[in-house]
Amino acid sequence: MYRTTDILTNTPNASLSEAGYMVINVGPQHPATHGVLHLVITLSGETIINVEPHLGYIHRSIEKMCESLTYRQFIYTTSRMDYLSSHINNHCCALSVEKGLQIEIPDRAKYIRIILDELTRLASHQLWWGAMAMDIGAITPFFYAFREREMINDIMEETCGARLTMNYMVPGGVMFDLHPNFQKKVKEFIAFFKSKINEYDEILTGNIIFQNRMKGVGIISKEDAISYGCTGPTARGSGVSCDVRKLYPYEIYNRIEFDEIINNGCDSFARYEVRMQEMKQSLKIIEQLIDNIPEGDFQAKTKTVLKLPKGEFYTRVETARGEFGVYIVSEGGTTPYRIKFRSPGFSNLSALNHMAKGNKIGDLVAIMGSIDLVIPDIDR
Amino acid sequence: MFLKNYILEIWNAVKSLLKGMKLTGYYFTHHKEIITQNYPEVKQQLPERFRGEVVLIHDENNEHACTGCTACELACPNGTIKIITKFDVSPEGKKKKALDTFVYHLELCTMCNLCIEACPTSAIKMAQNFEHSVFNRNDLTKKLNKPGSKIREGVE
Ligand code: SF4
Ligand code: SF4
Repeated sequence: MYRTTDILTNTPNASLSEAGYMVINVGPQHPATHGVLHLVITLSGETIINVEPHLGYIHRSIEKMCESLTYRQFIYTTSRMDYLSSHINNHCCALSVEKGLQIEIPDRAKYIRIILDELTRLASHQLWWGAMAMDIGAITPFFYAFREREMINDIMEETCGARLTMNYMVPGGVMFDLHPNFQKKVKEFIAFFKSKINEYDEILTGNIIFQNRMKGVGIISKEDAISYGCTGPTARGSGVSCDVRKLYPYEIYNRIEFDEIINNGCDSFARYEVRMQEMKQSLKIIEQLIDNIPEGDFQAKTKTVLKLPKGEFYTRVETARGEFGVYIVSEGGTTPYRIKFRSPGFSNLSALNHMAKGNKIGDLVAIMGSIDLVIPDIDR
Repeated sequence: MFLKNYILEIWNAVKSLLKGMKLTGYYFTHHKEIITQNYPEVKQQLPERFRGEVVLIHDENNEHACTGCTACELACPNGTIKIITKFDVSPEGKKKKALDTFVYHLELCTMCNLCIEACPTSAIKMAQNFEHSVFNRNDLTKKLNKPGSKIREGVE
């Protein structure tokens, strides 16, 4: 906790506030901040001098909680971090436990996992697209995005039993087999979405107001993106090649044909373009796999009580926002000694100050939208 | 030349706006496909795997399959389930552990499905009911075994 006076002294050049600088607080309950993010902004007129994020409003100490949960139980907490990529987070935890147990999971489970991961990525990008447009002031795209996202949620509901916090990936495979309707529904969705994705470009990408607000705004160079530890579309929009699926393939990504999308624009529009192209790549991945799901078990045989050998295990995956890592330190017991999650949102947020400096305050929300922040992921 | 570019720029800008408006207009005039639901009046059939709440399966004789082994209680990550056991005395005078009360704290449940996976006799399952709002918080603590129910014959 800090008092109002701290806000003033925390900002650099506090004495300058007398020289016409103004400090304002955005959030933590400001709806435009996508959740409980508190930004302390120093302004000179309308120009942003400094942005300082204050975290901790949705801290649930998930890492500490995990220390008292078994290796089967701790996975569900990660759905509550980046709730838009919950499948992918669960996947990373399952991979990490499997690495410790040294079990090989059946091919069918691998295929199911990848398809669901990509569906999650699509759903997440669709929501981002709608929310991004809403940040700029366009309400209509939000409804279009949710129309398509609803189909994915229905598929998830049918196969996994939940729409957002699935907890479907378990150590050794997946919890249930696919629903008999799954393949049919996914194919329907792909056909539907392919006919609609052009609408996205029509209504928003080409729009002159949108372009003017995105191009040349929120610039971060390649070197800076690397030094801030940005990952995911935020870094790829600055020309950094960092797709974990390509560089350190897990599961069967090395057998799938897809492109890593890199854009050298370095601005908000480049990040937007990267995500739009990624949606098409995700469709391509799902199309390759959906007809070739091998028969067999969906779960490897595991003991009821999982015990990881003494040691440290780290795995990483590519979520919709960037690189997500799970680091488990095991003392040989049934619960982890320490768990650390590397969440993509945290490092991406740290670059916000760099991107926003010198822009107008009206652009701040647009820049935040282009980084695609999910606050529970940042705070954990 | 400058003027020509200037006018062209304005023309392209207006064109891009009209293009978006055309799409909006299309959906405005073609609203046959209704994508929302009349929720409280019309209820959607939820898929069978949907996780709404945990229930103990009872058959028509008011019998269930729970042996009181507490595997579900141990599997639960947040202490939602509490199994209270008792000792049944069979006609031969042998003591046997049995379920007394299956306490389920709906307010704590995260619908993670781990208890259902853990149950060796498949005595519990997820139900589709999702309308859980009540006026009193205590109403969310439920007793899952029905009054007078007992374990089915032959379930070990
Ligand atoms: S669904 Fe999960 S949280 Fe709920 S009772 Fe079962 S194990 Fe516990
Ligand atoms: S519901 Fe199943 S796991 Fe839980 S106590 Fe009864 S038999 Fe055991």
